[in-house]
Amino acid sequence: MKRAFFLLPLVIFLIIVGYFAISLRPGHDSHELPSAMISQPAPGFDLAGLNDGKPLALDTLKGHPFIVNFFASWCVPCRIEHPLLMRMAAQNHVPLYGIAYKDKPEDSSRLLANFGDPYRQVGIDRDGRVGLNFGVYGVPETYVIDSAGIIRKRFVGPLNAEVVEKELLPLLKQLGQS
Amino acid sequence: MITELGHFALILALFVAVIQSTVPLIGAARRHVGWMAVGRSCALTGFGLTALAMLALMHAYVVSDFSVINVIENSHTDKPLLYKITGVWGNHEGSMLLWVFMLSLCSAAVAFFSDNLPPALRARVLAVQGMIAVGFLLFILLTSNPFLRTFPPAPNGHGLNPVLQDPGLAFHPPFLYLGYVGFSVAFAFAVAALIEGRVDAAWARWVRPWTLASWCALTIGIAMGSWWAYYTLGWGGWWFWDPVENASFMPWLVGTALIHSSIVVEKRDTLKSWTILLCIITFSLSLVGTFLVRSGVLTSVHAFATDPERGTFILLLLVAAIGGSLTLYAIRAPALKGGGLFAPISREGAVVLNNLLLSCGCATVFLGTLYPLFLDAMDGPKLSVGFPFFNRTFAPMMVPMVIAVGVGPMLAWKRGDLLGALQRLWVAYIATAVTILVAWYVTYGGPILAVLGLGLAAWLASAVLTEYAERIRLFRIPLADSIRRAIHLPRSTYGMSIAHFGLAVSVAGFAASAFDKEAIEIVKPGGSIAIAGYVLTLDSVDHIQGPNYTAEDASIRVTRDGQFVTTMHPERRFFPLQKQTTGETAIRTNLVTDLYIALGDSDTAGSWTVRVYWKPLVPWIWIGAVIMAFGGLVSLSDRRWRVGAAAKAASGRRASMVAAAGE
Repeated sequence: MKRAFFLLPLVIFLIIVGYFAISLRPGHDSHELPSAMISQPAPGFDLAGLNDGKPLALDTLKGHPFIVNFFASWCVPCRIEHPLLMRMAAQNHVPLYGIAYKDKPEDSSRLLANFGDPYRQVGIDRDGRVGLNFGVYGVPETYVIDSAGIIRKRFVGPLNAEVVEKELLPLLKQLGQS
Repeated sequence: MITELGHFALILALFVAVIQSTVPLIGAARRHVGWMAVGRSCALTGFGLTALAMLALMHAYVVSDFSVINVIENSHTDKPLLYKITGVWGNHEGSMLLWVFMLSLCSAAVAFFSDNLPPALRARVLAVQGMIAVGFLLFILLTSNPFLRTFPPAPNGHGLNPVLQDPGLAFHPPFLYLGYVGFSVAFAFAVAALIEGRVDAAWARWVRPWTLASWCALTIGIAMGSWWAYYTLGWGGWWFWDPVENASFMPWLVGTALIHSSIVVEKRDTLKSWTILLCIITFSLSLVGTFLVRSGVLTSVHAFATDPERGTFILLLLVAAIGGSLTLYAIRAPALKGGGLFAPISREGAVVLNNLLLSCGCATVFLGTLYPLFLDAMDGPKLSVGFPFFNRTFAPMMVPMVIAVGVGPMLAWKRGDLLGALQRLWVAYIATAVTILVAWYVTYGGPILAVLGLGLAAWLASAVLTEYAERIRLFRIPLADSIRRAIHLPRSTYGMSIAHFGLAVSVAGFAASAFDKEAIEIVKPGGSIAIAGYVLTLDSVDHIQGPNYTAEDASIRVTRDGQFVTTMHPERRFFPLQKQTTGETAIRTNLVTDLYIALGDSDTAGSWTVRVYWKPLVPWIWIGAVIMAFGGLVSLSDRRWRVGAAAKAASGRRASMVAAAGE
């Protein structure tokens, strides 16, 4: 009995190692989540624009492939991702649209005023309803949508330079050509 | 050429480490003095070789040798010399080299300062350290070699991440690593003790200085990291419960438990197997911390290597080191003989309570940090638990701990008199009550929990002072006698009082952060912002040129009641090489409150977003941490560690006799 007690630390350790091993298993990409929404039409939305800008509506965006990025001022990973979005907007002229998810409009504007605004337009999703329709787990999440309004790809968590270079930009280019 | 020498030295260091991890162990088992002595020379040689490798890499950075991939990726000719040097460990490969360098430094220190250690114990300790070195050297040489060349050489480098070009961060990793790696000594001692099957007071006396020293380094390292985050990130926060911060905080929590429990092993010869377990866990958490940062299992601001291959290697390393030591623990620890018994209310009891709360606190942080990982493994939603979780679970555990820190030292060993101790603390009750009332009055309508937090700090500070006054029997015996007592108190007692007092100072800083005031406004030059009685006027924004950046530099005039106070200069720096903008906050501190300004974006109309914070007592957080580390150092200077008790002297004599016989 006493001996079992001294085995306990080892057992707990082995369980934790199991978890580590699973999350390192090959092909387990933490930035990509399968989504039931892939290859499905994006849920329709028509959101009020931030800072009294134009309303952001799915129907007006169709016709060209574009990217929707869910963000919020209270989200720390969004700040990590933010410089990259700025670069994508400035260098690659990526058609990037923002949806401020469950965020006070004044906080969203303040974030964009402080750190720069990479978005062509920003829609206010105050109650998170559009996020719910998209199946957003948490912010940031990024969706690539083609000209017909079909969701082609979903990125969960902050984007990084490698994912953008190797996956997002090529996909966008390919969608633009077809 | 020098780079190849560094590479070669590192490979040699690996072979030396292989010898260090085997020969002394066999020697200790067979009582062969010559074989045991090999450990010592191996440790010193290994240190020389890794130092050589470290210097070689530094040289490549200083002369900007752009045929070395690591230098290309992380350096640039325009970079100031300081950041060329600190850039060596600002990246994955270099930081691993720093890790191994620190490890060899520790081994060399053990080899050097271990004259009074029984030769078998010394041989085993050095062998265990050698094993760790083998693991990490293999890791560097096989998966993250900083000495790789490329041809043709690049014309210039990519530069170091601008966020990392900062004096606070430049020296943060060495301290942190010294702390992490320093715990490897305690770990090695624990494993050696398990192999020998013997833990006694002398063992604890040998382990304690190493633990104390690593704890001090880790305390400073964590404080530096938090201070850096505070003045760089521009949000006025000083702790974000970020996975990497947690990774350094967890070994600190368990390490703190360890320095306390090892006192009990030393003085009362009990809590042995628990202390051994703490040694193992502390170092394991240091390793897990390295793993978390390096493998990219958790996304974080700090993570600069995301490569599953490395992750797998480190995982194997972890399984070997932690799994191996815990298996040894499961086999050998039950045989360790328990020592003196004690009543629940006693100094030992207080240490057990302290250990319990610190370990539970650490477990909470561990769960909170790895929770996303657990969910991820189950293909569950990816969430991180964030601030609210830690604030609701961790803080309530630390409150009873801080209260107990005030009482614990007042209790006697074996059987304490709680009622008596509580009676003697009457001054502390008054101080606490007065602090709470005054704070409540001053901040009327503010957060009441923070007021109680200040009360907690006052309680601890006054309890520490009361305990000290009791020890020197202040006002009970003539003052001259009290002073004589004060002079003759052991340094370790002073160390304890100082460190506990430092904790009180930090607690006050934590609590007072709830009283922060914040103003975020968009102002044009000439416009002003009012905060906490200050008026800040934006005079102008100038463009200035730094060594490897251009900056917008704001001149902000601070006045109070119409009186000029100072001019502050927050900046926004643009690094053209990385096309990255960083903020440089301006902080004016009088060591009690901070006035903190961060400059935001400008718009086309020529106005700037300015964030201003008024932060009472926030400097105390780091002052407290420095006081804690100082307390640790004072305790470290106790003569007990140098001129041991009779038992130690005897074993030392025996050791030298055995050694002499061997020669």
